[in-house]
Amino acid sequence: MKHVISVLMENEPGALSRVVGLFSARGYNIETLSVAPTEDPTLSRLTLTTGGSDAVLEQITKHLNRLIDVVKVVDLSDGPHIERELMLIKVRAVGKEREEIKRLSDIFRGHIVDVTDKSYTIELTGDQQKMQAFIEALDHTAILETVRTGACGVGRGERILRV
Amino acid sequence: MEITGADLVVRCLADEGVEHVFGYPGGAVLYIYDAIYNQDKFQHILVRHEQAAVHAADAYARSSQKVGVALVTSGPGVTNAVTGIATAYMDSIPMVIISGQVPTHAIGEDAFQECDTVGITRPCVKHNFLVRDVKDLAETMRRAFYIARTGRPGPVLVDIPKDITVAKTKYSPPAQEVVMRSYAPVVKGHQGQIKKAIQMLVQAERPMIYTGGGVILADASEELAQLVRMIGAPCTNTLMGLGAFPSTDRQFVGMPGMHGTYEANMSMQNCDVLLAIGARFDDRVIGNPKHFAQSPRKIIHVDIDPSSISKRVKVDVPIVGDVKDVLKELIAQYEAAGKDASAQQKSLAAWWEQVETWRGRNCLSFAQSDEVIKPQSVVQKLWEVTRGDAFITSDVGQHQMWAAQYYGFDKPRRWINSGGLGTMGVGLPYAMGVQMANPDATVACVTGEGSIQMNIQELSTCKQYHLTPKIICLNNRYLGMVRQWQQIDYGSRYSESYMDALPDFKGLVEAFGHVAMRIENPADVEGALKEAFALKDRLVFLDFITDQSENVWPMVKAGKGLTEMLLGSEEL
Repeated sequence: MKHVISVLMENEPGALSRVVGLFSARGYNIETLSVAPTEDPTLSRLTLTTGGSDAVLEQITKHLNRLIDVVKVVDLSDGPHIERELMLIKVRAVGKEREEIKRLSDIFRGHIVDVTDKSYTIELTGDQQKMQAFIEALDHTAILETVRTGACGVGRGERILRV
Repeated sequence: MEITGADLVVRCLADEGVEHVFGYPGGAVLYIYDAIYNQDKFQHILVRHEQAAVHAADAYARSSQKVGVALVTSGPGVTNAVTGIATAYMDSIPMVIISGQVPTHAIGEDAFQECDTVGITRPCVKHNFLVRDVKDLAETMRRAFYIARTGRPGPVLVDIPKDITVAKTKYSPPAQEVVMRSYAPVVKGHQGQIKKAIQMLVQAERPMIYTGGGVILADASEELAQLVRMIGAPCTNTLMGLGAFPSTDRQFVGMPGMHGTYEANMSMQNCDVLLAIGARFDDRVIGNPKHFAQSPRKIIHVDIDPSSISKRVKVDVPIVGDVKDVLKELIAQYEAAGKDASAQQKSLAAWWEQVETWRGRNCLSFAQSDEVIKPQSVVQKLWEVTRGDAFITSDVGQHQMWAAQYYGFDKPRRWINSGGLGTMGVGLPYAMGVQMANPDATVACVTGEGSIQMNIQELSTCKQYHLTPKIICLNNRYLGMVRQWQQIDYGSRYSESYMDALPDFKGLVEAFGHVAMRIENPADVEGALKEAFALKDRLVFLDFITDQSENVWPMVKAGKGLTEMLLGSEEL
């Protein structure tokens, strides 16, 4: 099962490589990873998605907590949460396809952020399933480039991760 | 008044109470060495190879409860130190390693003797730092010591660029303990979990207590002994935990695991409640985890590191906390549970009868010989001659297992070896570190002719600092443990395990300025040992020419279940 793990950590050089190194050293998999400083510039918020059995997930959260730079860890999948990802997708758009792609983008609440006479670049946000659905809805031969940020997430309501 | 970064390093070490630093100079640390020249707070021990500096500091910590300190230069200084750091990391030894780095402006330019020290060491340290501003240096040093010695201990590296050591800043000694929002180790065990554990222990019909290096690191041997006697259960100590419970006590059933005793392994598998304390169910201790889990027993696991719990074996009652603290709590609550002492004895009588039957197999017996020296008998004689009261270091291989099996340790911190990483070459530098921490103690290094050659240059360090360990070399002209596995699992094809062209150790050791003896006759073993230990002010190297074909028994082959033991060559 896919898990969304949120990590609050010191915004120190090398902190990210400790997280990434832990995953490779112990044979765990990172599917997506996104990280940026928070409103407090001394802290970074990292979201990663990973898979594995309950036992593996238990070890992952324990090992993340063990890292000295890590302040707090939560597996967002344990409760209600919001998950979003941003995708920029550049597609070939010529002839009658131009209108069809525009309509498809609207249906998915995407924004066309760059236009040439041969292409559109569409910005889309949502959870991973939505990204996947949009990619599948497009004609694959039309896709020129796909850039995804990976998921970031936050717990719903009173589920708050802070110092 | 402002002082240089180099002076600040020295001041920080002094303020941490450091008395000995093991190291090797080089370009990037020359300012630090200059500052060392001008101070008298601690002694610097110049080794002959950086790996030995880290091993010596590691053993210094293992044998003294203090934080070991090593100092190396950038580039090759660090890469040579990595084996030592990884060794300490695997065994959770509190250490601070200070490494020089090329100047800040040169980092990333492939400068002379540059390497990405923080990157290279990251997977084998508890934490590491690269100091980028001299103003952060004092706080970083304090954090390094704090992180190294608290929680689950471990090595911490501080990488200091050369320009930082010459930059100036103010220094005032620390007023209060370090506080870090991202690091606060748990000390107290969870009360509810402790209650559950007590209930299980009180009702157990076949309790078993299994303890590891965590008990020694937490300095909790007395509490352990009290609890073991209170419960009345058999007790086993892992390779890292030997000496935590006295081996001469009737309740001690020997070491568990791959070369554990028959009674320890059978008790581990057949108990109904297993109390694991400061141990991590590693592959050399429990064998195949699937086989281990087949037994319906309940497991209670006390450990300071949550990630050690349910890592290889699912446990029923996890207790995260400082081992000493949790043991005290267990003792108090077990007492309060008020189980009648005589009823307790009665209820365990059948279990002990079973354990004694297993012990009756006498799995450590071996055939003595008048013609060839049996390695086990050398260790037994060593125990007799030192009255079981020496600090014993070892390298890695057959000799290590024989030392662990046949030298009965009654006190903690007396058995110093590389348990987790299994690093050949640690024995001699370990003996140096132990001797520096315990100048008046009897120190012996049990080694083999393979391992000793991995750091034999340190005989020179021993000469310089008048270190006088006795080196017991069990010389079987084979990489014995490799040969044993090849005999058992690889059709006796002894691929590259024979050490041809061995040096004349006697001549070699004498060239370093020490005393050496070569012993070939079993009748001479005891006399040689007595003679060596009588030479208190000399390092003596005893080259025992031992039985080439001797194997370590019992043995659980890799991947096999804990009770699938081979007890001797006749079972092959």
